[in-house]
Amino acid sequence: MALTEDNKQRRPTRAPFSNHVWPILKTALLTLGSIAVTLIGLVFITFVIGRVMPIDPVLAIVGERASQATYDEVYFQLGLDKPVIVQFLYYLWDVVHLDFGISLLNARPVSEDIARVFPATLELATLGIFFGVVLGIPLGVLAAVHKGSWIDQIARVVALVGYSMPIFWLGLMGLLVFYGILGWVGGPGRVGIFYIDVVPSVTGLILVDTALAGNWDAFKNAFSHIILPASLLGYFSLAYISRMTRSFMLEQLSAEYITTARVKGMSEWNVVWKHAFKNIRVQLITVIALSYANLLEGSVLTEIIFSWPGIGSYITTALLSADMNAVLGGTVVVGLIFILLNIFSDLLYRVFDPRAK
Amino acid sequence: METLLDVENLWVKFPSRHGVFDAVRGVSFTLGRERLGIVGESGSGKSMTGRAILRLIRPPGIVEADQISLEGVDLMKLPEKDMRSVRGQRISMVMQDPKFSLNPVMTIGDQIIEAYRLHTTATKTQAYEKSLEMLEAVSIRDPERVMRAYPHEMSGGMGQRIMIAMMLIPNPEILIADEPTSALDVSVQRQVLDIMDKLVKDRGMGLIFISHDLNLVADFCDRVLIMYAGRIVEVCDADKLHEAQHPYTRGLLNSLPRLDQPRDRLDVLKRDPDWSIAPSVSARL
Repeated sequence: MALTEDNKQRRPTRAPFSNHVWPILKTALLTLGSIAVTLIGLVFITFVIGRVMPIDPVLAIVGERASQATYDEVYFQLGLDKPVIVQFLYYLWDVVHLDFGISLLNARPVSEDIARVFPATLELATLGIFFGVVLGIPLGVLAAVHKGSWIDQIARVVALVGYSMPIFWLGLMGLLVFYGILGWVGGPGRVGIFYIDVVPSVTGLILVDTALAGNWDAFKNAFSHIILPASLLGYFSLAYISRMTRSFMLEQLSAEYITTARVKGMSEWNVVWKHAFKNIRVQLITVIALSYANLLEGSVLTEIIFSWPGIGSYITTALLSADMNAVLGGTVVVGLIFILLNIFSDLLYRVFDPRAK
Repeated sequence: METLLDVENLWVKFPSRHGVFDAVRGVSFTLGRERLGIVGESGSGKSMTGRAILRLIRPPGIVEADQISLEGVDLMKLPEKDMRSVRGQRISMVMQDPKFSLNPVMTIGDQIIEAYRLHTTATKTQAYEKSLEMLEAVSIRDPERVMRAYPHEMSGGMGQRIMIAMMLIPNPEILIADEPTSALDVSVQRQVLDIMDKLVKDRGMGLIFISHDLNLVADFCDRVLIMYAGRIVEVCDADKLHEAQHPYTRGLLNSLPRLDQPRDRLDVLKRDPDWSIAPSVSARL
């Protein structure tokens, strides 16, 4: 008690700045610092991968029949005569300015390509994780609350199928049934052929662009195209999220504070959602962030089956044609997303867990 | 003495692959406006008895009883919804360790207010005022700060006093205290007990005090049930505990060191298999 009284007396004499602004500023600076360090590390690793690959970047540009003079010219242009560390600094400088070099395949800046393909993946992944979260969490909670009952068994089978079914099979079957036979959804691609480029690309997210332009026909068409692949991706993240939710919930439901809540005379619904669920939010954030990051990486198979021009199929195509600039650019972007999602979930921890403050 | 709670032939069973395990075997007792101690070693079924009264045994556990009647109403026959208005409002329970029995991500204020508002139509402001009052009643200094704090910011002794405040705020008639001081430092045990004792006495409540500490129970309670292997083996008045007859009780007493009669060697309790087969002694008055 003496301690708190002491504090009360001392508080007003301290400058308000040092008390309130400094801790926040310090956290912000530390966070930014850690982002910077991680990013530099990431760029360094991709740079090293680019160097150790047995691909001659000069040959890839000039072709095998070029003269020695042309070869040398390009060699100097690329700065390959400089020490590796200088090359790295140049590369870092470029990356900081979002310049990933020129794609060898189509001779366009890689950054432009990524700006085109990434929104497609972002749109698909976001809708997918939305389905996964909205359906997966209640399913997991339900399975935990009714552990051992038929509800739990059904949830287990649903998740197991989601885990083990190959997506190329499920995707093709989905297309066959819902597009080919029933005609409920749009086919492959982001929009039908009549709607391509009818609205200006503002964000690159077709659903948002069409809504912004107020073109609801195009919006509906785009939605009918995205719904099937997004549901598929959603199903896969649902499988993971619901299983994790179940095990987190089981742990909390056996905790003593749950008994306390029941002793108070609380209804089972509130015991589950107000008490137990509040305690798994932090763990769930990690799981959701990880699934989301996985989807944002671009699920190659889904993108190929649905002719979805996303970052997954972009990187894969680039890799198969030894387009190292595109591969490295894509890798840096994917890595950046992981880092940002991690920081975002760290911030959410602080909101949801008083002990993390 | 007026009977608050009448428990008759209470069984708690847990079916398993190797047959049914009986955690509590035909226990009968009554509780008036008194302090009733239940003593026993771990696994003797004393905690299960407490939880069975509140119908808190979760499936696959099964509770059977001829009756658990609270002022004439048989709790065994109540639908779950009515049972919820018994919990907290009429019978409440304080558990062993406040570190685990308070929700770590809710403020203490929210948890106490919730306990109060579940059974009253009080507004948030009224509930807040009442909570402050209750925290003061359990000798919490600076209750406004505690209301805003989270459980991990509290010490064990404070946590347990908060639990007591939270469980007594809807003004129940019976409090079940399940090893309420076992997780606390010896120095604060007494303080917490005194606070609980005072509140229970002032409100004329019935208290079921579950503990493994024979000395504590003898000191603190009016009547003591000694449980062994799910049964009551002996019932006696707390002040006559030293006159206990049952060999188990005698064994427990003799295995305790005493300041007034120091001994070089303490007796080792020898268990008789017959104790766990013998029928339960009724403690109904």
